[in-house]
Amino acid sequence: MSEFLQQLLNGLSLGAIYALIALGYTMVYGVLRFINFAHSDVFMVGAFIGYYVGKLVPEGTLWGGMIVLIASMVGCAILGMTIERLAYRPLRGAATLNVLITAIGVSLLLEYSGQVFFGAAPRTFPQIFPSANFSVGGLVISTNQLAVILVAVLLMIGLQFIVYRTKIGTAMRAVSLNPKAAQLVGVNNDVVISFTFGLGSALAAAGGILYALNYPSIDPLMGVMPGLKAFVAAVLGGIGNIPGAALGGLILGTVETFVNGSQWSTYKDAIAFAILIIILLFRPAGLLGKFTVEKV
Amino acid sequence: MRRLFRTLSLLSLFALVAPALRAQDTIKIGEFASMTGKEATFGQFAHKGTLQAIEEVNAAGGILGKKIELLLEDNQSKPGESATIVKKFISRDKVVAVLGEIVSSRSLEAAPICQNAKIPLISPGATAPEFTSKGDYIFRACFIDPFAGTIMAKFAKDTLKARRVAVLSSVSSAQSVGIAKFFRERFTADGGTIVADQKFSEGDKDFRAQLTAIKAAGAEAVFAPAYYAEAALICKQARDLGLTAPFLGTDGWESADLVGIGGTAVEGCFIVTHYSPENQSPLVAAFNAHFLKRWGSPSNALSALGYDSAMMLIDAIKRAGTTDGPKLRDALAATKNFPGAAGTITLDANRNPTKSAVVLTVKNGKFAFLQDVSP
Repeated sequence: MSEFLQQLLNGLSLGAIYALIALGYTMVYGVLRFINFAHSDVFMVGAFIGYYVGKLVPEGTLWGGMIVLIASMVGCAILGMTIERLAYRPLRGAATLNVLITAIGVSLLLEYSGQVFFGAAPRTFPQIFPSANFSVGGLVISTNQLAVILVAVLLMIGLQFIVYRTKIGTAMRAVSLNPKAAQLVGVNNDVVISFTFGLGSALAAAGGILYALNYPSIDPLMGVMPGLKAFVAAVLGGIGNIPGAALGGLILGTVETFVNGSQWSTYKDAIAFAILIIILLFRPAGLLGKFTVEKV
Repeated sequence: MRRLFRTLSLLSLFALVAPALRAQDTIKIGEFASMTGKEATFGQFAHKGTLQAIEEVNAAGGILGKKIELLLEDNQSKPGESATIVKKFISRDKVVAVLGEIVSSRSLEAAPICQNAKIPLISPGATAPEFTSKGDYIFRACFIDPFAGTIMAKFAKDTLKARRVAVLSSVSSAQSVGIAKFFRERFTADGGTIVADQKFSEGDKDFRAQLTAIKAAGAEAVFAPAYYAEAALICKQARDLGLTAPFLGTDGWESADLVGIGGTAVEGCFIVTHYSPENQSPLVAAFNAHFLKRWGSPSNALSALGYDSAMMLIDAIKRAGTTDGPKLRDALAATKNFPGAAGTITLDANRNPTKSAVVLTVKNGKFAFLQDVSP
């Protein structure tokens, strides 16, 4: 029983990180209808900003950790908006495929310039938040794992609030629904899209910091696998749907962990992705996605 | 236009001839190593050892009346790069032999290319048995996985008195798969039980699921053939989960980064490797002193193997009296009682050295010598 609970906790903390990254994919898709493949590399840059800022603040303090987290989120928000301004905005109105290929290009650009600037060798991420392990009836809980789940839940609630309770959130939903009509009623599409990229990238940065806290070895290619998993999580939950991305992340993280802890650990990715295929066979739009027939 | 064309063709003709002219006065040896990336410290230390050997020989006047030129290329610890590098070495640089690398999987990529070109390849650290079976031009300077796996199985049983052991191995690294197999066979043959057999894949960072299962299975020790970046995270997450059983590792663990990433979590783990600078033999002492003077840091197994691989090659060139592929191969295959820094090398019929190993433990953030194991 305690093994089951332990695995559940492991799975949830891994899933929470997938969920944070998945939110960025799903938000951009919701507004612009394209997959921003550079997102997973913004996640990596977030971890590296954390690494450099983390050296300036004392280790293991709550305020120091918060400074690192916020600095990294702000830095990545600026990076995300810059990428949108330089690479995607000139292609507004072009075919989706062109934007998609550009996104892959930006992703590779970030990965390999990362190797030049940060070096390809893995770095040890500092322990920026205070950490401790405590055990409850055979269940070992680390504060890092709790922090991941807590921060992820708080950010998701905050995101839900922004999207449904604020003016800019209403504008985002309007652009998502019909960009031309939104423009007609006075929404500045460029500002909204820029904001969406900033917000999504800030979440990726938070994900990067939390990931690096739990797995303190960071390198310029660290975003590739989590990014792929998070993308899958976004599709699983129904791409374009925010609670769906969170749910997809948690399911994927938990399934992966349980398979990993069983005797079939060799096939962990195969099994996780087989489940994805089965779910998509029965619910082609994802778990929470609405299936709509496209009108011509 | 025609004149431009003529100038260009003359230039390109010169470009073709020039390297051939230069090739006359030096003996070129190609080295590919993981100088950056996930296993960066492996490549860096092996290269330091190799370069030291070449410098020593050049300072003493070179061989066959020529200086040796060492060409180094970085494969960034990535799969796929090594094959491209070795092709370039052979077709463009016309090297007489290739050295590289520590990791078995990437050495295996280069083997068929060298074999087809009849250019000898010596790996300092590829311990996977199948490496030298790729052809008769493929050599190595280290012991092989069955030996290391057996030593660790014996160590777990005799020294740690463990009866119930867990194995955590990679599915994608040739070394990890091989060594885990030999460990399992030996340990169960000696009457022990493998209580959990967990897998991970290269590049994984989350091992909590596997470690939770290992903890629940009640393992008294955990054998984890992995490379140091993964090994450090494995130990760290194990201690976070309250798994206190000692960890057993392989030569892949030997890196200062193991302690850098793992911190106190790697204290008290045991690894089997090729060499210890604390060994008192005069050969090791001399190598270690030179290494310290040249690079400012103590040597380790990787640098000793890098040194040995280059010295083995130079010794063979001297004995062959030529750098001609087939003759050099025969001389290499005849290597016998060659005094290397990491033990005396005699190659068997399958071009594998028979040599001793050492067991090290991590104490106060440093690798400390524990025992010497002869084959």
